Amino acid sequence: MMKKLVLGAMLMGLLATTAASAADLNVALQDDPDILDPHRGNTFVGRMVFGPLCDALFDIDTSLNIVPRLVADWSWSEGDTVLTMNLRDDALFHDGTPVNAEAVKANLERALTLPESNRKAELASIASIEVLGDLQVAITLKAPDAAFLANLTDRAGMMVSPATFDTAGEGGLVCAGPYKFVERIQNDRIVMEKFADHWDADNYHFDQVIYRPIPDTTVRLANLQSGDLDIIERPAPADMETIKADSNLVFDIVTGLGFYGVNFNMGNGDRSQSPINQDKRLREALNLTIDRNVLNDVLGMGTYPPAYQPFSTASWAYNPEFDGGERDIERAKQLMAEAGHESVSFEILYANNSAMQSLFELVQAMASEAGFNITLRPTEFAAYVDEREAGNFEVSQFGASGRIDPDGNFHRYLACGSAGNVGKYCNDELTDLLNKARVINDVTERKALYDQAQKVAAEDLPALYFYYTPRTWAYSAKLDGFVAYADGVLRLAGLKTKE
Amino acid sequence: MTGGGFRCRPSLSKKGPDAVLKLIVRRILLALPTLIILSMIIFGLQRLLPGDPIQTMMAEESDPQVVEFLREKYRLNDPIPLQYLAWVGNVLQGDFGSSLRTGLPVTQMILQKLPITVQLASMAMIMALLIGIPAGVIAAVRKNTMVDYAANAVALSGMSVPNFWLGIILIMVFAVSWKILPASGYVPITLDFWLSIKSMLMPGFVLSTAVAAYLMRHTRSAMLSVLSSDYIRTARAKGLLSNAVIIRHALRNALMPIVTLSTLLFGDLLAGAVLTEQIFVIPGFGKLIVDAVFTRDYAVVQGVVLFTAIGFIAMNILADVLYIVINPRLRHPQ
Repeated sequence: MMKKLVLGAMLMGLLATTAASAADLNVALQDDPDILDPHRGNTFVGRMVFGPLCDALFDIDTSLNIVPRLVADWSWSEGDTVLTMNLRDDALFHDGTPVNAEAVKANLERALTLPESNRKAELASIASIEVLGDLQVAITLKAPDAAFLANLTDRAGMMVSPATFDTAGEGGLVCAGPYKFVERIQNDRIVMEKFADHWDADNYHFDQVIYRPIPDTTVRLANLQSGDLDIIERPAPADMETIKADSNLVFDIVTGLGFYGVNFNMGNGDRSQSPINQDKRLREALNLTIDRNVLNDVLGMGTYPPAYQPFSTASWAYNPEFDGGERDIERAKQLMAEAGHESVSFEILYANNSAMQSLFELVQAMASEAGFNITLRPTEFAAYVDEREAGNFEVSQFGASGRIDPDGNFHRYLACGSAGNVGKYCNDELTDLLNKARVINDVTERKALYDQAQKVAAEDLPALYFYYTPRTWAYSAKLDGFVAYADGVLRLAGLKTKE
Repeated sequence: MTGGGFRCRPSLSKKGPDAVLKLIVRRILLALPTLIILSMIIFGLQRLLPGDPIQTMMAEESDPQVVEFLREKYRLNDPIPLQYLAWVGNVLQGDFGSSLRTGLPVTQMILQKLPITVQLASMAMIMALLIGIPAGVIAAVRKNTMVDYAANAVALSGMSVPNFWLGIILIMVFAVSWKILPASGYVPITLDFWLSIKSMLMPGFVLSTAVAAYLMRHTRSAMLSVLSSDYIRTARAKGLLSNAVIIRHALRNALMPIVTLSTLLFGDLLAGAVLTEQIFVIPGFGKLIVDAVFTRDYAVVQGVVLFTAIGFIAMNILADVLYIVINPRLRHPQ
């Protein structure tokens, strides 16, 4: 009898569900982040984790306007070369030391000089940093840099406690965000707890936030449905209807800043000599075969906004004039005939995953109607990066996660000699326009330059844009105050469990 | 999971505890060249793969200066034999290096994941034994009846049902609909014993299906051969109860190959179970190593493969020892 009782009690214990503590927030990420050091990190999911851990000097609002964060107020000098910032007087690092002008200087210098820093390009315009007072710091730029403030909203502007510069990344990240680092188990979880001394602590309602990398979309969703998770990022478009139909869940979407498309090998080795790369008419013909609305409907279930330019509708540089271009097979055939081809063969290189596979299979099918004979070359990610760098491609997958400042979506990929310009496309006029747009802070003037640049790019067609990356979320209906941002980074201020 | 396979009975000139000790020592000595060759293969094969670890890691944000610095830092510009020697030198001092991607020491990553992998493998093994052996015995005793056919059909499906599908179905039923088990995740056994067991029930079961099927098939055939032996007929002739004959006489003898087989299968399980870990978000060796291969995180791949190889060799030695321990004839030779 006793045995049975014990056994029964054990079974009860085993089967009783354990509800997660209401004061915890469980968020699933698509991947496990890389090194947890804002100056060295590379991944998008890393930015997600830095969000609550590391306050930056500036932040963005939902309309992508730059707003102060650790900075109380700021001003530009005449000529836009000196940025003077007054810091908040109530911001502390998690180790209790104040976020002061010295700390800001030390951080920017670290980001500029640390050999492994990936922020050097973002801060390259800095000429000197001067501490003017305990909370006042002035940054002198070599020349005006329009993207500078936008860069300071992200990892380049995140402050790490200078006392922990040597240990940041190896599990001891000490920043000044509303949550502090507790532990990381690779591929499993990153745990952070509320930092009670944060200047805006009242606006953060969870005691603990746990980020869990769950790469599979089905598994992510199942965990959300079971209540083990509160928020998941990037649910699969195919699951959108399931989520919407579930009264316990909420689906949220905003157009992101990134895009997907193809770029052509315009000058990187022998493969740039293939007809599609040599004759603009053929690229235009290819463009005319692609029906972006079909891509949106079939692949994105309506969540992939058609893209024709590097700037999404979320960006101020977006210009609807450059949109459009209906599918026109007859015109495509005509262009091919003008170029002296009845059929054109080429290969598309892309990283092997189901999303890209489906995208390029559709592209292949659509283009074949005009006489394009496309071979698909899916390659494992590491090899794909290698092949692109080496120029061993004719046409390649083209994608960017998108930047707040338009410069990051355009200059980086199409200006002569830019790091992301793997097709080695080079048009001096375009580069000149993009360089000009870099050093002017006035948005209207910049937009005019980007419009001109887009016209030049449209003449050469070094890349085609297919769709903008949506920023999708699914979360528990018990949550209140969830706000999605176009940069795809989760912000926890104001987010709470419904009363 | 890969199959274990049968092994030859270890030949012993002198039997007894001394012999066991000698066997262990000899096995360890034999393992050393295996490990050295293996380490060369792991090291060399990875470098044959296309793709550069630094470029892969940097992807969208590659900065030539940083790339060059990291290449120097991780000695990727050195000739491969030099890189290998440097790595071996560090490993001999207990330093497996650190992950290129996360900066975390590989030893720390292994130590974090070892208890998780051991727990998952143990749960799967226990379930496989509890399912596989009784099913094998029943199938053998009821040979060519409906029970036998049913057990075989179940075993066949256990081997052929994809873990991914089974895992998702279990999550949908037990976590999403009935809400009696957590959908995924790992809870350390020291933190919350019951929750830890609960969170491992589904992954353990999914992982156990193929092993159980394997064990069932082997138990069945071992039992069939034992049941047709003379001594079983004698035992039955003495009028012993059927259950006593099956369990005390037949099963004990039939179990010998099963025990060694189980030990080897356990070694397999310790090497990680990528799909199961992925579905149930269990941070074990499998996921770690697959991610590391994809990101060309050399130090992690080398460290984990070497570590699991050592584990596998240890399991092999254990299998040999168990063989002697459970088989009295090998201990007391005529």
